[in-house]
Amino acid sequence: MISVDVRSVTKTWGETLAVDDVSFAVRKGDLVVLLGPSGCGKSTMLRLIAGLEEPAAGSIEIEGRDVRGLTGSARGVAMVFQSYALFPHLDVADNITFGLSVRGIPRQEMARRLDKIAALLGLEALLRRKPAQLSGGQQQRVALGRALIAEAPVCLLDEPLSNLDAQLRQELRREIRALQQRLGITMIYVTHDQTEAMSMADRVILMRAGRIEQNGTPADLYERPATLFTARFVGAAPMSLLDLDDGPSGAVVAGTTGPALFLGSGRGRVLGLRPEDVTVDIANRPGRFHVAVTAVEYLGAEALVTCMIGERPIMARTRGGSAPAVGATVGLVWDASAGHVFDAASGARLAIETGAGPLSTRLHTTANQGSTRA
Amino acid sequence: MPERRRPQLNVHVQGWLLALPAVVLLAAFTHVPAVATVIDSFFSTPHGRRPAAFVGLDQYRTMMADPIFRLALKNNLLYALITVPVSIGLALAMALWVKGSIQGRTALRLAFFTPTILPMVAAANIWLFFYTPDYGLLNQVLRALGFSSVNWLGSPATALPALMALTIWKEAGFFMVFFLAALQQVSPVLYEAARMENASGWLVFRRITWPLVMPTTLFVAINALINAFRVVDQVIAMTGGGPNNATTLLLYYVFQVAFNFWDSAYAAALSTVLLLVLAIVAFLQFFLLDRKIHYR
Repeated sequence: MISVDVRSVTKTWGETLAVDDVSFAVRKGDLVVLLGPSGCGKSTMLRLIAGLEEPAAGSIEIEGRDVRGLTGSARGVAMVFQSYALFPHLDVADNITFGLSVRGIPRQEMARRLDKIAALLGLEALLRRKPAQLSGGQQQRVALGRALIAEAPVCLLDEPLSNLDAQLRQELRREIRALQQRLGITMIYVTHDQTEAMSMADRVILMRAGRIEQNGTPADLYERPATLFTARFVGAAPMSLLDLDDGPSGAVVAGTTGPALFLGSGRGRVLGLRPEDVTVDIANRPGRFHVAVTAVEYLGAEALVTCMIGERPIMARTRGGSAPAVGATVGLVWDASAGHVFDAASGARLAIETGAGPLSTRLHTTANQGSTRA
Repeated sequence: MPERRRPQLNVHVQGWLLALPAVVLLAAFTHVPAVATVIDSFFSTPHGRRPAAFVGLDQYRTMMADPIFRLALKNNLLYALITVPVSIGLALAMALWVKGSIQGRTALRLAFFTPTILPMVAAANIWLFFYTPDYGLLNQVLRALGFSSVNWLGSPATALPALMALTIWKEAGFFMVFFLAALQQVSPVLYEAARMENASGWLVFRRITWPLVMPTTLFVAINALINAFRVVDQVIAMTGGGPNNATTLLLYYVFQVAFNFWDSAYAAALSTVLLLVLAIVAFLQFFLLDRKIHYR
């Protein structure tokens, strides 16, 4: 069942298009992340769903009802603001029950629901404190409590964790996701942090310049990025992007003479490779790119090794303990089917099967051959 | 050759030396006169070759029996009771109005602030023209509407309210600036959070705006109250305390006693009472109201 249905929504600020003909649907009980760099229109999209802004064109349906002209609770949505927006002069209990008191809910009912929410979020001991007496994480919980107590079917969160330190962020990420699944509410969550998006979302909607770049599950975005932009944006370590050129027997990495990667033209195309798909091979066997290591980023369990192929850097992931030294010459190899090919001009993914050509099989390492679809 | 250490002044002495100019000014023009006034109030007024003699609480006993003092105190309390809340209410209303993004906002702000720029005596003269019997602005309007002319400053019933109107007009614009600053400090996202709950305008004002501008209201209220007990310019310029002492306020009475009747000791006793009133006002506001106010 569809909980939030956004249809061809457009929003302009003067001359600029903040949201440009965006449509998507959110299933009931899903956590959908609106992801994108700052200025991509994701926060505006959230405010449009909240009713804090009205769209210039298009319509929004929440729980099967056109919500034009309604705001917030009247639409059945609650919101957690980036800066929490807690009322500084009210204590935690009054902050959480503010919405209920506005609607004139009886005192007893209010107290019952407050107890429930306080227990759910572990705020029992803090109810009489003022926001200024709380830590950032506690303030975040109060803001969440204020949104949840209304029991609105849809909860909107605008970069709720961006003001917290990394460890707390990770903790609250799990907590919010667990809460969302337990209560079965629909959440729309705005963030610019792709890790947050990938780890929490049922679906990720990646936005860019007011438009949807890609709408899919986290795995869709990671494994089959539809555009160069998605490929660059998603993934903790960025995808290595290599410009291609025409070689004598197929596409080659620009600035090199081979080996060929796939049959056909390489000019105007870009090959994308995830660091974990690239293997560093110390042994000097043929059919590999022999390159020098320019940088090693040690992360503990693993290390990111950067090398230059032609003029482009390529990253490979190795075990932390077995990373080569900077300056060492290594052989790089990857499973040909792991490559993503994009059109350089439009950024669109091309349906070129890098693992299908007869030439490419020569590139495979013995270790990787099991997974090749040759 | 070892570097010779320059003699160092004690750090406390240095500190006091730095504060000395301010301390001297403050003491010479504020603290010493205040203390001297309290002491003088226990003595008789020196006349010619007769020096001041200690008379204990005699001056205060005279005061208790003085009908003009009682009237001045009553007038002043009434004056404070009406001008303070009304000017604060008006200031807040104006601030809320010019805060919004309306057309000609800057012009409005300037218009509201203009009375503050005018010297009190100049403002008093303008209002004197409004209140003039027969051909004054107010009376012309009244007559055009078919009412009879009122001698605003000449009748005891309307003289004090007429002075209050001038004070409110002059102070509201000044206080508005403080409220405007306070309102701009309130994060707009708080209003958005309230909008999400569909809170009405009145509820938002009562539960968010009003508590958050409370520190400013307290500050403005203290200033307004102190001003209310310090009023003298417009009384001198407009009514001279009349008719029949209907507009005699405490400070004006002090002025009259000291410089028209040359009874400096009695004036000192009146000043002491005035000081006491102001001290009590400040004490009440800071220590009783303070606990209910949220400061960021």
